Amino acid sequence: MRHSTMLRIGPVGFRVGSDWRAPVALLDELYRDYPQPQDGIPDFNVRLFAARFWRRWLRPSVQIGGDFVIPDAAPLPLAQGLLAAEMAMNLQMALGQRRYLLLHASAVERDGKALLMTGESGAGKSTLAALLMTRGWRLMGDEFALLDPATGMIHGFPRLISLKNEAIGVMEHEAKGGRWGPLLEGTPKGTIRHLVPDARSIAAMELPAAPALMLFPSFGFEAAEREVFPSECFVRLTQASTNYVTLGESGFDALTGLVRGVPARAIDYPDTKTAIATVERLWSELA
Amino acid sequence: MTRYRAAPAATLRIVPLDVLTLVYHRASGITHVVDSPVPELLEVLGEKPLTLDETLAALAAAHDLIDPDREALAARLDELVAAGLVEAV
Amino acid sequence: MSGALLARSLRDPVSVEGLAANGWTALLAAARAEQLIGTLAWRVQGLAMPDAARRVLEDARATVEQGRLVALWEAEMARRALTGTGMPVVLLKGTAFVAAGLSAGQGRQIGDLDILVPRERIDEAEAALIAAGWEWVKPDPYDDDYYRRWMHELPPLIHRERDRMIDVHHTILPLTARITPDAVALIDSRLALENGLSVLPPEGMLVHAAAHLFADGDLQGGLRNLWDIRCLIDEFGSVEFELKLAACAALHGLTREVERALRLSAHLFGEGTRLTLADRIYVRRLLARDGWGQPTRKTTELAFYLRGHWLRMPPLMLLRHLWTKWRKGYRPAG
Repeated sequence: MRHSTMLRIGPVGFRVGSDWRAPVALLDELYRDYPQPQDGIPDFNVRLFAARFWRRWLRPSVQIGGDFVIPDAAPLPLAQGLLAAEMAMNLQMALGQRRYLLLHASAVERDGKALLMTGESGAGKSTLAALLMTRGWRLMGDEFALLDPATGMIHGFPRLISLKNEAIGVMEHEAKGGRWGPLLEGTPKGTIRHLVPDARSIAAMELPAAPALMLFPSFGFEAAEREVFPSECFVRLTQASTNYVTLGESGFDALTGLVRGVPARAIDYPDTKTAIATVERLWSELA
Repeated sequence: MTRYRAAPAATLRIVPLDVLTLVYHRASGITHVVDSPVPELLEVLGEKPLTLDETLAALAAAHDLIDPDREALAARLDELVAAGLVEAV
Repeated sequence: MSGALLARSLRDPVSVEGLAANGWTALLAAARAEQLIGTLAWRVQGLAMPDAARRVLEDARATVEQGRLVALWEAEMARRALTGTGMPVVLLKGTAFVAAGLSAGQGRQIGDLDILVPRERIDEAEAALIAAGWEWVKPDPYDDDYYRRWMHELPPLIHRERDRMIDVHHTILPLTARITPDAVALIDSRLALENGLSVLPPEGMLVHAAAHLFADGDLQGGLRNLWDIRCLIDEFGSVEFELKLAACAALHGLTREVERALRLSAHLFGEGTRLTLADRIYVRRLLARDGWGQPTRKTTELAFYLRGHWLRMPPLMLLRHLWTKWRKGYRPAG
């Protein structure tokens, strides 16, 4: 690999190699305040490579590789190299993470307690987490929350926040002084732009938090809320976790502990202002 | 005559939640999300292998079944055999 | 160079205590790529190493342990599905090692379940598995035909609920290869386990590993096969065993392959031995990985892929097969 770099996100270290300089340079720039992998040894390797040697120069397209891969993944144009790198790191987590139970949820922290927001793509969990970050919460992550089976605590994975389509405009307005990646148009998921978590979130990256409230947000509906019972939480969380099965009995214990110990609500919201207000209210009531 | 036997109790972690029960099967690593009468069946079949009729009788005796349906029970048992929680011997 | 590092670390675990960060990084990448990270974790457990390396290896060990449990469960469910037929069911490869409690099973990563059944009962086995919830992975008429008539196994089946694959073999090499082992003798030689399933005797396992290594493919997973062989020799090696091994190899027409496998295994993981010129080319190919665990020496790789196929099919069939595959848009790796 001609170009490479290393970084650590939360407890997970990555080595990223690339046939092109641009994606690595972008990673170095955007992740410049992040630490290096512990002991200089990464947990996972990621490779951005040209599938055929001419693809390095002729309509350059980036194939994703690494310790863990899925077959037949479609390549991305070099202009979306940063997205490829982020997807590749996600893939290592999804397929290879074994120490922590992976929850497909965003997480923010206040007073040592974690708020988890989970749901399908597009439901708004990443945007909500980013908004809460601008309102004094510490961002733990926008896509993955890590549950430690040994302690029941939530560990953060504060990668670059991935904002899509309309949410980009919203956050460009809300995150004053935010550091951004390039605007990426025409990706498989529409237009994407990455926002670097704020200094506070990066600095506190290694501090775990006790899970205190779980929300299932749905954007674009009239305001409503209902209690979600442990059984529904359990089923939805296992469906959203890529490594629940790998963890075996300790995963079972961790997840049953979580759903029995943490209150959960499904909230529908028509706009972000309502969402924030609902979140703050529920937090003060239940957390 | 087919007899049915449940996985040994030591291999089952049974956690009842609100409307469902979770069964973690240690020998397989599989988590099953089940409802009545599965936990009751696992209990009744935990000692020694029983035939279909013996199972029906044991269930009715231990758990006050309102309408013991032999066919439905046979279907449930087949599902449990496919899931590996019960073995047909 | 990381291939050589991996081989040395497995052969001489204490040597890892001298590794710096980039050495560990390359070693772990190679181990993952060769499906040997669980084995490595076992071999170096307890030795002095950076915390990050210890953590990665602990995770690998835990993964392999859970994988072992799942693999044994698949074997058990296959047993339940096939028990009514009364046919012998012989476990192969990784599942066999762990089911029999062999040292070759320690830290071994296991993929699909591989079983060997008598050829004349294979349709019965297929029916029983389908009745118990397995189904075909890919319905493609040409591939299906090819598999049934020429390959040494049924087209792969996957379990509907558990999402795990089973490969049902009726011999250990494709039917059209130049080497035709004695499947009946293999099954007859089986050793029974407590649960009613069987495994091959150790000399049979070794011969199978050697056959798999050279004749069955393009040397992918070669290091792991050779490690399996090293473990079998370690556990069962004796004058008596060598005689049984020679007899078994001869019976199945695999003497040359077994002898080569023994030399390569001794060279990479044992006390060393004299290698032929051809051996040295194999060693080069087996260790061809860079600091990212990626295969280097691509031209050698393509040559080995072609050779693998050549061994498997007579030339006319190979041409027809490749032509059909090419028309469907398939390209071999490398």
